Amino acid sequence: MAYNLKQVVAEKPSRFTSGHRMCAGCGAPPVARHILRALKPEDHAVVSCATGCMEVSTFIYPYTSWTDSFIHTAFENAAANIAGVEAAYVSLKRQGKLPQDHETKFIAFGGDGGTYDIGLQSLSGAMERGHDMVYVCYDNGAYMNTGIQRSSATPKFADTTTSPAGTKIPGKMQPRKDLTKVLAGHHLPYVGQTIAYMNFKDLYEKAEKAIYTKGPCFLNVLSPCPRGWGYPTDDLMIINKLAVETCYWPLYEIIDGKYVINYKPKNKLPIEEFLKPQKRFKHMFKPGNEWMIEEFQKEVDTRWQELLDLEEMGNK
Amino acid sequence: MGIRERLSGNEAVATAMKQINPDVVAAFPITPSTEIPQYFSSFVSNGVVDTEFVAVESEHSAMSACIGAEAAGSRAMTATSANGMSLMWEMLYIASSLRLPIVMSLVNRAVSGPLNIHNDHSDAMGARDSGWIQLFSENNQEAYDNMIMAHRIAENKNVLLPLMVCQDGFITSHSIENIELIEDEKVKEFVGTYHPEHYLLNAKEPIAVGPLDLQSYLFEHKVQQSEAMKNAKKVILDVAKDFEKMTGRKYGFFEGYKLDDCDMAIVCMNSTAGTTKYVVDELRAKGIKAGCLKIRCFRPFPAEEVAEALKHVKAIAVLDKAASLNAAGGALYEDVVSGMFTSNIHVPTVNYIYGIGGRDTKSTEIETVFDDLATIVKTGEIGNPYRYLGVRGGNK
Amino acid sequence: MQNKIDANTPWEEMTPGGDIYEAGNAKEFKTGSWRSMKPKYLSEKCTQCGLCFPVCPEDAIPVNKEQKREDFNYDYCKGCGVCAKVCPFHAIEME
Repeated sequence: MAYNLKQVVAEKPSRFTSGHRMCAGCGAPPVARHILRALKPEDHAVVSCATGCMEVSTFIYPYTSWTDSFIHTAFENAAANIAGVEAAYVSLKRQGKLPQDHETKFIAFGGDGGTYDIGLQSLSGAMERGHDMVYVCYDNGAYMNTGIQRSSATPKFADTTTSPAGTKIPGKMQPRKDLTKVLAGHHLPYVGQTIAYMNFKDLYEKAEKAIYTKGPCFLNVLSPCPRGWGYPTDDLMIINKLAVETCYWPLYEIIDGKYVINYKPKNKLPIEEFLKPQKRFKHMFKPGNEWMIEEFQKEVDTRWQELLDLEEMGNK
Repeated sequence: MGIRERLSGNEAVATAMKQINPDVVAAFPITPSTEIPQYFSSFVSNGVVDTEFVAVESEHSAMSACIGAEAAGSRAMTATSANGMSLMWEMLYIASSLRLPIVMSLVNRAVSGPLNIHNDHSDAMGARDSGWIQLFSENNQEAYDNMIMAHRIAENKNVLLPLMVCQDGFITSHSIENIELIEDEKVKEFVGTYHPEHYLLNAKEPIAVGPLDLQSYLFEHKVQQSEAMKNAKKVILDVAKDFEKMTGRKYGFFEGYKLDDCDMAIVCMNSTAGTTKYVVDELRAKGIKAGCLKIRCFRPFPAEEVAEALKHVKAIAVLDKAASLNAAGGALYEDVVSGMFTSNIHVPTVNYIYGIGGRDTKSTEIETVFDDLATIVKTGEIGNPYRYLGVRGGNK
Repeated sequence: MQNKIDANTPWEEMTPGGDIYEAGNAKEFKTGSWRSMKPKYLSEKCTQCGLCFPVCPEDAIPVNKEQKREDFNYDYCKGCGVCAKVCPFHAIEME
């Protein structure tokens, strides 16, 4: 059945309710809500969540925004937590201790801190062991919950509170880790990189594939943070669009090892377009710092080309 | 009655786990507990148990997976030692705060550093405030029996706390001794099935576990945990009574060995109690009234009961197999002394740190402790209360 | 039971472990008071294109069974303005 946004929203009630306490304009709630909408209405889900913005804003005792079962324990172990839940499900179902006619799905959410960094080991372990689960990283490019400290997902030159743009060191000096490729190295049945763009079709379809592909699947979703990135809150969808149209955040998937790029901009925009509206890159636009933009552009171009090559290799 | 066998402590625990047949085991190898997941995974591979075995990539994930599995509504178990439990640290506190009755076998070993793979109690002692019930075992039989009783205690509605069964690394875990096992069917019936009231996999009642618990709530949740730990005392005794009916083997908070009429007593835990009992017998043969109090239940700590059991003694030595590095005595010593003080019982009591990093503790050394106690009884002088046993150099 | 839990609840009446047995009860927590700007829905300009409601972080734009958006739910709207910015027909005004 072809994707129809209005139908999806009208017919599938939100499983991530209002009344959460994420910042106004946060990019993460629309992502989480739409991913959960990809669940079949009759299926139950257990969600685990790493400590981070999303967790501390959606389950503040005694209120929870999650209509499915939910578990949070710590920062670095959302994958191990859900792996344990899934193992229990497999065991109990095999023993006939759970209803046989009912499906439960397992989804973990973590920010880039809980996924790229402190939770990488737990994630890698769970993926390698082959649990039937989806891990979703909502990547906002820094440790936003503790106040915008750099992470390995933070792009080069970004001004964060632990990589401040100073007079000697102009922001973070290391390029961003490519986590999607790290997960590709696990040879998973499904890996997707996506964003909330246009009518959320890419996000929804990738979520649906990840949830309903048996085995360990991974989604990496760019999720802008108005406070951490320094843009007006109402610009969320413009930032998302620029991330895609500049090829800063390419939309692609890896199905059983085969790369498919889901969107190739007809007119690839220069990276300045993405950088300029964000205060964290402000220093890059000072006279004399043109080299920073050039270097950034080069990095984006190299990675985009690599992706095109990988896709082509799969077509041979 | 029972099945006579010869097993190591690790084999005994693995056998208990096989008979308990938990739904999930998540574990990571670490000396000297490695054999437990090894034996257990062979039970899984050969279809002897119904368990899903999760071969995690770390102990942090072992406890995280156990938490997920237990919250999901299943019985989850694990085994570890020393640094393995150190890596679980964060999750130990979370497991107990979420009120998940996970059962763990802790094969006691010195926590680094420097690295040492041999026995002391620094791993368990560090976790004494983590909200886990801690049962100690003198030998393979007790490690087995404690394991069989564990779920009945942990899963009791008035308790709902995780539980660790401790035994001494190598000394107990790798020594093969006689043991009396219980028939599989009897274990199954004794342990019973697990029916949590609320659990993640109940699609009819989705729940949320592990909130951000701010200033208005965390204190009350900690009081709940604290009260559950108090409730555990009665449950531990009740379960022991049922266990005695089944096996004839008697358990309490502690074992008094020739304690009732003794003048001098050693308080200790795990395998050292075996050595101490041997020395007590030798001294008794010479007409010296020595006795031993072996703690089985360290958390909850039976402070009043211990104080009551020791009130008639003229001098006490508490042996701690972990250095607390606090300039004020080991963990067991502090608990015994504060329990006695609170009960307004004042007996000269000294502390010995001993056996660190697997240092052998011989019967002759235990004898010197009783000699020291005899001097204290005679002179009434305590001298330095914070002593070492079996270390080279000064400040014995 | 946990519906009644608040800062005056004694420990005996709180859920053990901080579990919540009524999934999705955050709906009882209104976030509308966070708002400094307020979106105004101009239904006469709205073409029901569907761009605004998925972007709302608060799920504060109800969509009915006829797949049509309705007026804002101000109980939750935090006034971020993302919806107004994505509307190509100027059917949402921030005031």
